[in-house]
Amino acid sequence: MTAFLQELAKTYGYQANHLLAILRAVQARYHHIPEPAIEALAGLLQLPRSQIIGIVEFYSFLHLQPQGQYELLISDSITDQMLGKQDLISYLADRLQVSIGAVRADGLVSLANTSCTGLCDQGPAGLVNGLPLTQLTRAKLDVIVSLINARTPLPEWPSELFAVHDNIQKTDVLLSRTMTMGEALQATFDRGIAATLTEIDRAGLRGRGGAGFKTAMKWRFCSEESETTRYVVCNADEGEPGTFKDRVLLNSYADQVFEGMTVCAAIIGARQGFLYLRGEYLFLHEPLQAVLQQRRDAGLLGNNILGQGFDFDIAICLGAGAYICGEESALIESLEGKMGIPRNRPPYPVTQGYLGKPTVVNNVETFLAAAAVAVQGGDWFASIGTGPSKGTKILSICGDCACPGIYEYPFGTTIQAILDDCGAHDVLGVQVGGPSGTFISRQEFDRKLAFEDLATGGSFIIFNASRNILDIVNNFTHFFAHESCGFCTPCRVGTSLLKKQLDKIVDGHGSAGDVAALESLCQLVKNYSHCGLGQTAANPILTTLARYPELYQAKLKKISYEPGFDLDAALATARRMADRHDAAAHLAQVGEDYE
Amino acid sequence: MSKTITIDGKAIPFTEGQTIMQAATAADVYIPHLCHHPEFTPHGSCKLCTVKVNGRNCSACTFPAAEGQEVLNNTQELNSDRKTITQMLFVEGNHFCPSCEKTGNCQLQAVAYHLNMLDDHFPLFYAHRAMDASHPEVLIDHNRCIFCTLCVRASREHDGKAVFAISGRGINKHLLVNSTSGQLKDSDLDSGDKAAHICPTGAILIKHTAYQVPIGQRVYDHHQINEVSLASEHPHGE
Ligand SMILES: Cc1cc2nc3c(=O)[nH]c(=O)nc-3n(C[C@H](O)[C@H](O)[C@H](O)COP(=O)(O)O)c2cc1C
Ligand code: SF4
Ligand code: SF4
Ligand code: FES
Ligand code: FES
Repeated sequence: MTAFLQELAKTYGYQANHLLAILRAVQARYHHIPEPAIEALAGLLQLPRSQIIGIVEFYSFLHLQPQGQYELLISDSITDQMLGKQDLISYLADRLQVSIGAVRADGLVSLANTSCTGLCDQGPAGLVNGLPLTQLTRAKLDVIVSLINARTPLPEWPSELFAVHDNIQKTDVLLSRTMTMGEALQATFDRGIAATLTEIDRAGLRGRGGAGFKTAMKWRFCSEESETTRYVVCNADEGEPGTFKDRVLLNSYADQVFEGMTVCAAIIGARQGFLYLRGEYLFLHEPLQAVLQQRRDAGLLGNNILGQGFDFDIAICLGAGAYICGEESALIESLEGKMGIPRNRPPYPVTQGYLGKPTVVNNVETFLAAAAVAVQGGDWFASIGTGPSKGTKILSICGDCACPGIYEYPFGTTIQAILDDCGAHDVLGVQVGGPSGTFISRQEFDRKLAFEDLATGGSFIIFNASRNILDIVNNFTHFFAHESCGFCTPCRVGTSLLKKQLDKIVDGHGSAGDVAALESLCQLVKNYSHCGLGQTAANPILTTLARYPELYQAKLKKISYEPGFDLDAALATARRMADRHDAAAHLAQVGEDYE
Repeated sequence: MSKTITIDGKAIPFTEGQTIMQAATAADVYIPHLCHHPEFTPHGSCKLCTVKVNGRNCSACTFPAAEGQEVLNNTQELNSDRKTITQMLFVEGNHFCPSCEKTGNCQLQAVAYHLNMLDDHFPLFYAHRAMDASHPEVLIDHNRCIFCTLCVRASREHDGKAVFAISGRGINKHLLVNSTSGQLKDSDLDSGDKAAHICPTGAILIKHTAYQVPIGQRVYDHHQINEVSLASEHPHGE
């Protein structure tokens, strides 16, 4: 181990900002971060050991306790659940003789749940040692169990187990035109750098990651900073459940995304860029490295790009299982090898980002669109869409529809038109923008896809009339509690309290006043949390409570107050110790009007 | 020309670079806080100091003062929400004030009094947390840690050490001691370190000093936290 760690630390130049990458490598090899590795790395990188433990305990894919040599994770996303995930994971646990969340006694395999893996159009999905398993069925699980029990190395597993499809169902201006390598960059230099920024401004391009900040303005702010060391970062964390369009863009349009980053670098004057790739997309890492190499070979990355005296290169950094790292300042912390805790703002990343230097962070699709604008000009782009929302939006559509996958639409398209295209029938509602977005009911399908109406980073989950809204809300609320970084009180404690209070109502223990208490807790978490995670964590409850208050009320008992504490359950241990099973050993929680 | 903001309608001068908290403290205006301490880099995590700046919620301890800001601080709505946040801190840990040596000197308790918190409101989490009594002079009771990171910052910024760290994600957050055994006795903490004396709650206590000041004669038994805080944290040290 010592030699391995020394070599690893050397590869990364003994730099603490590569700690996450180093720990990923240790985890991949030993299936946990062993105590001697912590000690050795603390010495090699000159770090307090507590900082290393801090990272390990923050990221879901790093572990202090040994995991199986085959680390199996099954996505717990709502769409996977709708496709029968619960039954499959129980079956798998049974066949493998391992309980969920545990390691088998022989240490060969471990099994656990994980947050959305970005494969919602081909679920139920999972990961084995970080690689995606798609469209799981009992038959496939039988194959997997045999392979594991026979200790077959992963490279020898049948490749169809790992097949990931693009499922591009509908293309518009961006997806239907493939750009030639270097086209956008050449156009940028031909037109002039300042003139190209003007085109991006005229295009009215707004960020595709969710918040919709004007891209040209962000680039301009960054380029006007007095500090001249600047960075470009592409946010490919794509953690919002139900979003998978960035996966497809990086699989089939990576060159154009990198080109957009390079155009940005030319405009803001950056020499280094990063692609922050979520850990779930490990399978894209090598192909993306190959695309970068092609671009270097073509003189589109590296020194003196296109003979313009412009130097720029891109490195890929992998995440390790943390939704919060999609938040731009948490992402920057993670790039620096730290826990993904959102920073205090101001200062914003455009003034003090990576290593304290001015940094532009944009979504994958934003860079893709920027490259197209660099070629085709701002007016072309601005002629599509609505007043405040120009161009097209690429959606990841999943849930109850005939053809899940990738759809590109001009902004302003109605929800009904989208539902018709993807073959959705008997629709109860749609979750637009993922759990942090809005649940809309069937009365609202004339609403439009647009920043001024229904904004989405790309997630579009369809539910038909057979689905139970409270199950959906429950899944999302648990997701946020699991993903809270824990930095601030309202989000750390509040998301757990939301989970408890919602469970209380859903499980039928709520009474009058409990819905009002839930709502006021939602408001507090929303208004006082430090970052967007906490500020949107109550949205699943708030948006459904506004539309279906009767669903919540119907769950309440007809008593005035039900304590959160279950008196009878608390006596269970005592009953077991006293071996009492008679009626007198049970206590009624409240008085006579128990329903 | 000094610049001004208003807090609850009153003009408050500030100098460029000051946070709202710093400007307020200098002008003898109390903004409730727990993770803030004037000697250390602001952290912004407890959210007790939330004020409304031109209608938007901001953490006073980290948000820069800027000319013309209208800040709301001592309003019923903010204080009621601050009380709820304090209740969250209480139920997350295990705070049994009557049996805690810090009672009467505890800032968490004092803030709760100040905000008129009369109950926990939320269900208790009953978190399983340990004690570390290994060090000859200093005791850690993890049950009372509110993750304010003051000990972390004091150790790093004042003592030039790195005895403490906060680890874990979400509700699994916990305080770590930087030693091979994870125990305080194996760390390089000295009982004279600032980090050993900075804890706003009863999570880090100095041994052999318990009850030297009887209950009833402690800091917050006679003074509200707003008075104590302004007297001790005023930049002129008055
Ligand atoms: C909890 C959280 C998660 C986020 N996840 C992502 C993400 O996965 N991808 C993304 O592009 N933006 C994400 N964002 C938004 C980013 O903070 C940031 O606004 C965005 O990357 C800016 O790029 P854009 O202007 O191109 O949209 C997230 C924000 C929050 C609060
Ligand atoms: S730390 Fe403070 S609030 Fe907690 S138990 Fe002790 S006195 Fe009470
Ligand atoms: S031990 Fe005390 S000072 Fe340290 S983080 Fe916990 S509450 Fe804050
Ligand atoms: S813990 Fe992330 S917003 Fe509070
Ligand atoms: S005092 Fe400002 S967030 Fe804690």
